[in-house]
Amino acid sequence: MNHNKLKSGIIFYSLATIIAIFMLLPFFWMISTSLKNSGAVMTIPIKWIPENPNLDAYKRVFNIFPFARAIFNSVFVAVVTTLITVLSSAMAAYIFAKFEFKGREVLFSLYLATLMIPKQVTMIPNFLIIREIRLLNTFTGLMLPSLFNAFATFMLRQNIKTVPDSYIEAAIMEGSSQFKIFKDIVLPLIKPTLATLTVITFMEAWNRYLWPLIVLTDRSKMTLPVGLSLLNGQYGEQYNLLMAGSLISIIPMLMVYIFAQKYFEKGLSVGGIKG
Amino acid sequence: MIFYNKKNKYLSIFLFLLPSVLGLIVFGILPMLGSLTLSFSEWDIISGPPKLIGLDNFINILKGNEFWRVLNNTLYYIILYIPLILISSLSLALLLNNKFKGIKIYRTLYYIPVITSWVAGSLIWKIVLNPQFGVLNNLLNFIGLQGPGWLYDQTWAMPGIVLASIWKDVGFFGLILFSGLRGISPTYYEAAEIDGANSWQRFKNITLPLISPTLLFVIIISLINSFQLFPQVMIMTQGGPNGATQVMVERIYKYAFQYYKMGYASAFSWLLFIIVFVVTLLQMKLQKRWVHYES
Repeated sequence: MNHNKLKSGIIFYSLATIIAIFMLLPFFWMISTSLKNSGAVMTIPIKWIPENPNLDAYKRVFNIFPFARAIFNSVFVAVVTTLITVLSSAMAAYIFAKFEFKGREVLFSLYLATLMIPKQVTMIPNFLIIREIRLLNTFTGLMLPSLFNAFATFMLRQNIKTVPDSYIEAAIMEGSSQFKIFKDIVLPLIKPTLATLTVITFMEAWNRYLWPLIVLTDRSKMTLPVGLSLLNGQYGEQYNLLMAGSLISIIPMLMVYIFAQKYFEKGLSVGGIKG
Repeated sequence: MIFYNKKNKYLSIFLFLLPSVLGLIVFGILPMLGSLTLSFSEWDIISGPPKLIGLDNFINILKGNEFWRVLNNTLYYIILYIPLILISSLSLALLLNNKFKGIKIYRTLYYIPVITSWVAGSLIWKIVLNPQFGVLNNLLNFIGLQGPGWLYDQTWAMPGIVLASIWKDVGFFGLILFSGLRGISPTYYEAAEIDGANSWQRFKNITLPLISPTLLFVIIISLINSFQLFPQVMIMTQGGPNGATQVMVERIYKYAFQYYKMGYASAFSWLLFIIVFVVTLLQMKLQKRWVHYES
């Protein structure tokens, strides 16, 4: 073996491993802390490996807080939000990409203009609107604004533009309805983009914090991030509890990541645009 | 363009656009106008309708100390965060841009903090940064350094939040820069090698200019994000100690939903918008001086 290559290999693997340790150390500390008793959390010198590892913190976190409920809520909200966002945006994107009508460009520039506005600007009136239509503290109220997603619409429009007009024309000749064309021709042809968008939207919905914090007040309605922050407010010093809760909230997303890694990486280059 | 049956066409347009455009109007445009109106009003949400008070909210915000302290805190964050995230994510990208066995596994590992929610990530770092029982100070201790009080210390709370943010974001920006690096044609490097350029020269004269559009993207996004710090602060410090980590979104949230000063909070949010807008515009203007686009 080439001497230089061996040397650069050693440098590469040691650097990559040191960084990996830095990145994973906090997670290791989380797991370790979650397996300790309340007393063992605060000992000096610190114990990297708990002396009597046990699941007490996990049991307690489910007892003092409707945690199982929060997991269910989070899954439900993330799945439905993703469905709403992707479907509604794909439908609009199809029209913007393949139909000509008066005012199309103006309407689409309105979409793009909203991308510049920070969410915090519209957050307060959005809350007031949800309150006005009596949907505070409901999942419907939480998810309704997802009907509109300028970024997703933009991304899908770019992709649907690449679908050849002739495919759609041929289907019209055969007498297919627009709904059928959308479902059977357009959507299958943009599957990779749909998958990427699904993954990004799901992650965003799963991790969302500020909006659910405002809309949901009932403990039984809370999603995981809101539940965790409430736990932090009430049991801020009980580190083993907080870490048990955090670990539980990370695992589902981690599983999605492992199975759909390719789409995460694809979504990355475009996903950052949203900010 | 496609030929459609007329009647059919407009019905399709209407039905397909309905959900999204309804959302645009109700949750995009109306709230914009509403927020603008609110920012010129006084309203505590409970009593009566909002009362128009002109520019009072803006004047009060700009006259008080708080806004400037918040801006100062944000600048402190930015000054630490931006150079650190650029250096660390570019280094990570350069490291990943090698052909070694198992590199995919490393890439996967580096990305785990990115998929972790900010709430969980902040909780983890709250505990990592604990001055006595946390990992970080114990590691510092191990190499003979006395770690600071981090989140309990007015000076060190923001650097603590910066560390957590770097940990959370470096995988994201690293992979973005990595895909930028992969886009550079190897012929440039081959030519430079023939000319006898060393690795630093190659980095400075080829890599850096060719990746500058991606760097600009990273800078713009990370600056916008910096002005919108929120979960980190809410979970780790609640704006403390002594206001040292109060930031704009945290103020907006508290004014609106804890003190019920809807008008004041709205005015605050418009100031946030103006700042983000101006900073982004400035970046776009300044880019001509250093960003290199391949013709």
